[in-house]
Amino acid sequence: MGATIDLWKITKTVLFYALVVFIVVVSVFPFYYAILTSFKSGTDIFRITYWPVSFSFENYQAVFSQGSFPRNLLNSIFVASVTVILALFLAVTAAFALSRVRFRGRGFLLMVILAVSMFPQIAVLAGLFELVRAVRIGDWQMYNTPWALIFSYTIFTLPFTVWVLTTFMRDLPVEIEEAAIVDGASPWIIITRVFMPLMWPALVTTGLLAFIGAWNEFLFALTFTSSNDTRTVPVAIALLSGGSQYEIPWGIIMAASVIVTVPLVILVLIFQRKIVSGLTAGGVKG
Amino acid sequence: MTTDTLAPPVTVTVPKIKSELMQQRVRAARWFLLPMLLALAVVAGWPLLRSIYFSFTDASLTDLYGAEWIGFGNYLRWTTLESGVTRYRGLLVDPAWWNAVWNTLRFAATSVFFEAILGMIVALVLNAEFRGRSIVRAAILIPWAIPTIVSAKMWSWMLNDQFGILNDLGLRLGLLSQKVAWTATAETAMQAVLIVDIWKTTPFMALLILAGLQMVPRDIYEAADLDGVHPVKQFFRITLPLVRPALMVAIIFRLLDALRIFDLIYVLTPNSTATKTMSVLARENLFDFDKFAYGSAMSTLLFLIIAVLTMLYIWLGKVRFDGGDR
Repeated sequence: MGATIDLWKITKTVLFYALVVFIVVVSVFPFYYAILTSFKSGTDIFRITYWPVSFSFENYQAVFSQGSFPRNLLNSIFVASVTVILALFLAVTAAFALSRVRFRGRGFLLMVILAVSMFPQIAVLAGLFELVRAVRIGDWQMYNTPWALIFSYTIFTLPFTVWVLTTFMRDLPVEIEEAAIVDGASPWIIITRVFMPLMWPALVTTGLLAFIGAWNEFLFALTFTSSNDTRTVPVAIALLSGGSQYEIPWGIIMAASVIVTVPLVILVLIFQRKIVSGLTAGGVKG
Repeated sequence: MTTDTLAPPVTVTVPKIKSELMQQRVRAARWFLLPMLLALAVVAGWPLLRSIYFSFTDASLTDLYGAEWIGFGNYLRWTTLESGVTRYRGLLVDPAWWNAVWNTLRFAATSVFFEAILGMIVALVLNAEFRGRSIVRAAILIPWAIPTIVSAKMWSWMLNDQFGILNDLGLRLGLLSQKVAWTATAETAMQAVLIVDIWKTTPFMALLILAGLQMVPRDIYEAADLDGVHPVKQFFRITLPLVRPALMVAIIFRLLDALRIFDLIYVLTPNSTATKTMSVLARENLFDFDKFAYGSAMSTLLFLIIAVLTMLYIWLGKVRFDGGDR
């Protein structure tokens, strides 16, 4: 009797851990395999192995020496950083108004913001293209510059940051604000002196999530830039090709993929608790 | 809620000051919202209206401003031949468009269905207490963090017909009898896209469901255990109803994301009619085929289809995003 119960318990534990191992392996394996491939050189790439057999930096050297990949990397960093800073700047005051002040039409406004953040980007592509082509100051034109991307990325980073910061701010207790109101502080002072110091963790999380969104964006980057040295990394990787049409440089593609992914994975793992709370604040509340 | 606690009159003299304060706050709120609303109007509102406008013109990529109004011509126009036969043309009778609509709907429904089930399983695992839980949570964040383009490339290498590791694995385990050209064959192209999308977005679903699961009080399960309720029954009678709101919101976020899918398909299965979705076809017409107005008509129709589906879902599913006013 006791033995059968133990057996059942053991089986259950074994099955559970088998499931756990399966989840981990499936999640990690493609990235592991990309890293594995990126360190293979020459014809080794076409020998399928599950473990590292050879080790060479050839592909990484190729990524940095040929083509415009370093430039693309800088473009991506610049575009994503500026986009996030602008979005956060506009979002903090808006989130204060949406979370701490009661006015007519607030619920409607929140729904509009949510709707814009879930927008199919293709629906605005034609109009945005016209706008981006039309903006020119003197000899300078916006099309095919990082600014075209910073401008267009606002469509998804801004509503997202407003939405998440609003849910964060709504959770802050009233008391911290009351004292400032009694002292006659204006709303602007309340935001900069009372809320900002408390908001840093939320700003870092939201900024990081928006950064990842801007870093990964493809459709606008593909459409609003047209030359090798203005592209961002996702487009550069998508368009990487070898000498001929049939010769895809898999090793180089994998090396480039690893380079753009490793910083993200490290950031995500460091901030994982915050990211999970930010993601769920953006999605669900009850 | 926040302002309510300030509002109730405590003494006789305070209400006037309070209401002045309230007005000041509301005025300030207007100024605070203005920059954001202006920005959204410029990057979202205006381009949307222009896209819709272009769909009623004969605009071309090289001549955006010479566009002339042609009414519904891009959507449907007809000519009656001398023989009395009426020929219909335009988007509404374009088989390529309806193929893309069907591909998109099929893709969205299938991927979200599997993601919901697998996400639920992963979330239940993460909600259990066991050693190494934090490792699992870290591991599932990796597919989510990898850029879509990168994961498309990684998988197209793994799915490669000659040198792909998945064919090798399938042959070794006896799951495949011969090597499969996953992304190139019409029958398997959609499966390939689905595999990659499910791999990449199940973590997001799992985390949203997990947040819902963590709000279920543990003592409900303790009580159910005492009453001898079978775990499977506990799941369907307790867990599922209680996480339903979180699940519904997670599903709509994923559904909206899946309906606009572009990058994964553009990179993984380029030029395959078996996987071409509305977004891919619309961009192709806008910028590659020089049918700017026709592409605009597609993006307008796509917008309408997604808007109608979303409203239906919210209405039928009684979805609430705010979890009530707190």
